Amino acid sequence: MELAAFTLIALIALGSALGLILKRNAIHGALFLVVNLGSVAALYLTLGAEFLAAAQVIVYAGAIMVLFVFAIMVLIPGKEETGPDPRRPLRWVALPAGALLLAQVLVILVGTRGPTPVGSPAPGGVEAIGRLLFTDYLFPFELTSVLLLAAMVGVLLLARRRT
Amino acid sequence: MSPVVPPPAVALGVLLPVLVVLAAAAVVLVLDVLPPRDSKAHLGGVALAGIIGALLAIVMRWGTDARAFRDMVLLDTYALYFDLVICYAAALIVMFSMDYLGRTGSESGEYYSLLLFSTAGMMLMASAGDLIVVFLALELMSLSLYVLAGFFKQRLTSGEASMKYFLLGAFASSFLLYGIALIYGATGSTNLDRIAAAAATRNAEPMVLIGLAMMLVGFGFKISSVPFHMWAPDVYEGAPTSVTAFIATGSKAAAFAAMIRVLVVALRGAQPDWSALLWALAALTMTVGNVVALAQSNLKRLLAYSSIAHVGYMLMGLVAGGGPGPGAVLFYLLAYTFTTVGAFGAIALCARAGEEAVEVSDYAGLARRHPVLAATLALFFLSLIGIPPLAGFVAKFYLFGAAVRAGYIWLTVIAVLNSAVAAYYYLRVIVYMYMREPDGEPVAVAPSLAGGLALTLAVAGIVILGLMPAPFADLAQVAVAPLLR
Repeated sequence: MELAAFTLIALIALGSALGLILKRNAIHGALFLVVNLGSVAALYLTLGAEFLAAAQVIVYAGAIMVLFVFAIMVLIPGKEETGPDPRRPLRWVALPAGALLLAQVLVILVGTRGPTPVGSPAPGGVEAIGRLLFTDYLFPFELTSVLLLAAMVGVLLLARRRT
Repeated sequence: MSPVVPPPAVALGVLLPVLVVLAAAAVVLVLDVLPPRDSKAHLGGVALAGIIGALLAIVMRWGTDARAFRDMVLLDTYALYFDLVICYAAALIVMFSMDYLGRTGSESGEYYSLLLFSTAGMMLMASAGDLIVVFLALELMSLSLYVLAGFFKQRLTSGEASMKYFLLGAFASSFLLYGIALIYGATGSTNLDRIAAAAATRNAEPMVLIGLAMMLVGFGFKISSVPFHMWAPDVYEGAPTSVTAFIATGSKAAAFAAMIRVLVVALRGAQPDWSALLWALAALTMTVGNVVALAQSNLKRLLAYSSIAHVGYMLMGLVAGGGPGPGAVLFYLLAYTFTTVGAFGAIALCARAGEEAVEVSDYAGLARRHPVLAATLALFFLSLIGIPPLAGFVAKFYLFGAAVRAGYIWLTVIAVLNSAVAAYYYLRVIVYMYMREPDGEPVAVAPSLAGGLALTLAVAGIVILGLMPAPFADLAQVAVAPLLR
């Protein structure tokens, strides 16, 4: 079961990575990257690293990809509008699909009322990672902050216009 | 609710030299936005004061053998020796930079703070007792250097150098990281001592060997050994000359520091494997570096290939192994640092027709107009060839001696032949300086008090190292002792 899940997710990750490199259209490439980052997050989940998976989705698939797509849209104007949509009839599928999704979310929200489970912190959970970060890995944690400061100074230097 | 986690012991004393450098970087950043806004010359002074403070801290701490932050940071004589080399290089480079930046009209606080950040990264690479710290320190050093390489924004070659260095560097860093991940997967730890203990029981495990090879790619890029040297000539040529000097010396010393510690401490069980790999790398690196240097007409590119060749010699010491091998590498790095920083610093002082003088032909007739500078530059080149009684000769002597005693006769023969080839292109520059006349405008030398002082220090360094090498060679041997326990 675990092996099958791993194989499937790994294949999706590899395929989307190839798609990212081989697609000539930058937006398509970016969308492939979203798939890739999402499948890597799923891989983290199968390893029991819930926090890492959540962080991966929020930071990479969320924040960084939005920036990527935004930059592509701004820097390559006009490319994304290439005539009328060839899949116009498919638009009618959107409404029932959206309704189905909404219904699903409502069912889940209603169905999971109850006390939250209490137990020892999972090894990949937020608490365990926080503990490690401020004990064993305190020094790398602090060093990372210096690294980020240096990167910030560098970006300011390179981005500033010469007066 | 879970109990409160006790705070870990924080031993800042172990970090003292690095903290002094980082504090200076922060002070420079703050002073940069305060008046006077039109002159930034004083910031160089602050940076220099910080590095001198760090040097004092290093001398104060000499002889300690401490570890802190759960063995993440080590402060032994090995780390302190490298701190000394790196801080000397950084101090000389700040002195060269002061007038160099003023002349090119690009003085800024960020330059000095980034220089200090990368210095701190280099020092931490020498102190790292854990692969995670090795990686983070390497990134701190590299990120700062990527930006510094592109510091001359008005020059296209500078931007190109920065971009190339950044892209290829990021690629090499990912190799290093992948290697670290594989070694962690095989041994279950990133701590150097625990890796050694875990690897001792299962040596020829393919995962360890693949991880080792991948880490060698990452380090090989930073020390610019063949076949990972492609970036070096372009980056050395395009970057501001003062930054080139730092990339050629400080970053190499730091990468060697981390590489030697990782190989000799964590992967000592795999020594036959990495020794054989490094044998081939050493022979290839010195030969390619020297042969390609023969064809260079740009002095900065010539020195780039020459520095690649010197990396080949230094790898010999690692191949030789034992105590004398790494000890000879440490001594060689000290001699090489003084010589190379001095040579690039002298180049930074020269200009021709409003441009930096970087072509070998620009230096025609330098001896007649500026005999002192020409003699200084000639001394550096003679030391790089390895002419007694300069530092380069003694350094090569120790290195080749260690290789011969370890039984690597053929490698030593290749190295000696290479040294003979190298003499040609170094002497060519000296011939230009002393025996040719310039066509057109002769090269001009900018007066610089700090630059002159730095040159004097560098010359004093190579002469003292050459005339009485014994105390410094002993120092290098004492420095490698903590690795061999």
